[in-house]
Amino acid sequence: MAATKKEPVVINGAGPLNAPIGGLLTWVDQRFPMMSLWKDHLAEYYAPKNFNFWYFFGALAMVVLMLQIVTGIFLVMHYKPSATEAFASVEYIMRDVPGGWLIRYMHSTGASAFFVVIYLHMFRGLLYGSYRAPRELIWIFGMMIYLALMAEAFFGYLLPWGQMSFWGAQVIINLFDALPIIGPDLSTWIRGDFVVSDATLNRFFAFHVIALPLAILGLVAAHITALHEVGSNNPDGIEIKEQKNERGIPLDGIPFHPYYTVKDALGLSVFAAVFCLIMFFAPEMGGYFLEYNNFIPADPLKTPPHIAPVWYFTPYYSILRAVTEDFMWALRAGVVVYMLLILFTSRGCLSKLMAVVIAPVVLLAMGVIEAKVWGVVLMGVASMIFFLLPWLDKSPVKSIRYKGTLSRWALTIFVVTFLVLGFYGTQPVTVAGTLISQVGSLIYFSFFLLMPWYTQMEQTHPVPSRVTM
Amino acid sequence: MAEQEPDKGRRCMLVAASTVAGGVAAAAAGVPFVASMLPSERAKAAGAPVEADISQLAPGERMTVEWRGKPVWIVRRTPEMLDSVKKNADKVSDPASKKVMQPKYATNEMRSIKPEYLVLVGICTHLGCSPVENSARKPRHSPPTGKAVFTARATARCLISRAASTKTCLPPTT
Repeated sequence: MAATKKEPVVINGAGPLNAPIGGLLTWVDQRFPMMSLWKDHLAEYYAPKNFNFWYFFGALAMVVLMLQIVTGIFLVMHYKPSATEAFASVEYIMRDVPGGWLIRYMHSTGASAFFVVIYLHMFRGLLYGSYRAPRELIWIFGMMIYLALMAEAFFGYLLPWGQMSFWGAQVIINLFDALPIIGPDLSTWIRGDFVVSDATLNRFFAFHVIALPLAILGLVAAHITALHEVGSNNPDGIEIKEQKNERGIPLDGIPFHPYYTVKDALGLSVFAAVFCLIMFFAPEMGGYFLEYNNFIPADPLKTPPHIAPVWYFTPYYSILRAVTEDFMWALRAGVVVYMLLILFTSRGCLSKLMAVVIAPVVLLAMGVIEAKVWGVVLMGVASMIFFLLPWLDKSPVKSIRYKGTLSRWALTIFVVTFLVLGFYGTQPVTVAGTLISQVGSLIYFSFFLLMPWYTQMEQTHPVPSRVTM
Repeated sequence: MAEQEPDKGRRCMLVAASTVAGGVAAAAAGVPFVASMLPSERAKAAGAPVEADISQLAPGERMTVEWRGKPVWIVRRTPEMLDSVKKNADKVSDPASKKVMQPKYATNEMRSIKPEYLVLVGICTHLGCSPVENSARKPRHSPPTGKAVFTARATARCLISRAASTKTCLPPTT
């Protein structure tokens, strides 16, 4: 009923075909909300006019997602998900399929590029408080995309069936083995066998090519729908919708199309240039994008001398390895200190009550359950603690531009720690490396867990009412 | 038919009953999917006993047999190797093999039926690596990790972490 009331679509500007095209558009638009979708999400979606460099990465992530899907479809045409044929079929793609090497390098470089742009996109959120109200759900959907992406990357990494594929999967699935009671059955269920085998490869293929891509696409739709509902944040962290003109358009807003489509096209050009340089000249990236041991076929009887995940997992891998029996004492001390901090400084009765109930339970569990399990737990928590950011950040301002010194130092130290943890995760175990990872792990969690305190203690700067360029 | 006020209690009961019934049906429908991911009959059959001919195994040698896709090590220990097990007892966790992961007949100091023959699953209990090979008597530091590996005591520190290691497991042996 609503459709029949729609106005005919008018195309502005002269042109001989305008009338017939306008007629066709009107015909479609009366049956499908094409013009309103176009307007709501592009031509009349008003984004703040002060977007800077950090705002390229959302659009770039979309482009990389499309690249992975398209290259993935063509790889599946030649790949064989079977333990006896997988390794050879990847080499077949590399050597015999016309253009196969290029498609595979696009896909493998794309995987690392995806994490580069996602990490920069997340850092933008941390910089400008993009997770703060009313954008909590955008952040949560985004974090779910990040977790799905990690799963997607992990499943995909088994498919070439090289030594690192096999032993990486073996170690990560064995993490579940560490869980009390259900662990061994759970890991057998995930593998579909008592060891990583053909059954494991086949199901990982199913997850990698259909289950997770579908989940990621759905989550991306939710992420963007929520974003376009509340509107984009900006480097000043102020709401542009609070200052509107007489037509109801934000004074500091500009239509996404053409302004940001053109700007993002520039960003994409630069990104594509860097991407091509890596893809053509250093697709292995010194063993960081494609590990050398993965050019050896999987051998279930022989572990490579040094196992490390691909670079984008290494910060968490460092945290996993940091948890030794000795380190449990530092963790116990951390729990006690945190409980006392809440007891003496928190104003809420509920949080005090939770502190005195939860802390002893955690301490007791630490006494009963071995360090290996806590490594797994901390690794999981480390990757998911970002979910809590909207509620941990209690600063009166959103953007780092107007936050105080403490927040700036905290974010700087966090980024450095994340990189250091990432580096040590790629290295063989050493005494010094373990110690650095342990200190790094404590800093990593402190950044989040102490945020309610340092964001409230500091002196913030006055926020302007209009965006600054 | 006359206009009637809907009976809210009955409507609520119907909604609750159909939600529960639908939920049970949905959960039941999930069973085959979850079950399909368990090891298949073929995978289970591959776990059947394997036989190894150890007649050619000289003292101090090790052979590797595949069982359930895992490496199984068979070591014929020399008297010196057996001595080193006793000497290094203070350096390992669980020297008396009391942890439940060992089969009953091997809960002894030498962790085997016949002390001369040691049979191990060559997979570390930490995160599933196959520990680096070891020479005979002395614990040797494996180059990439700097971890001491005692073959005799079968205490392998793993490649992944400095986390306290336990032992490799023993497969059921006859």
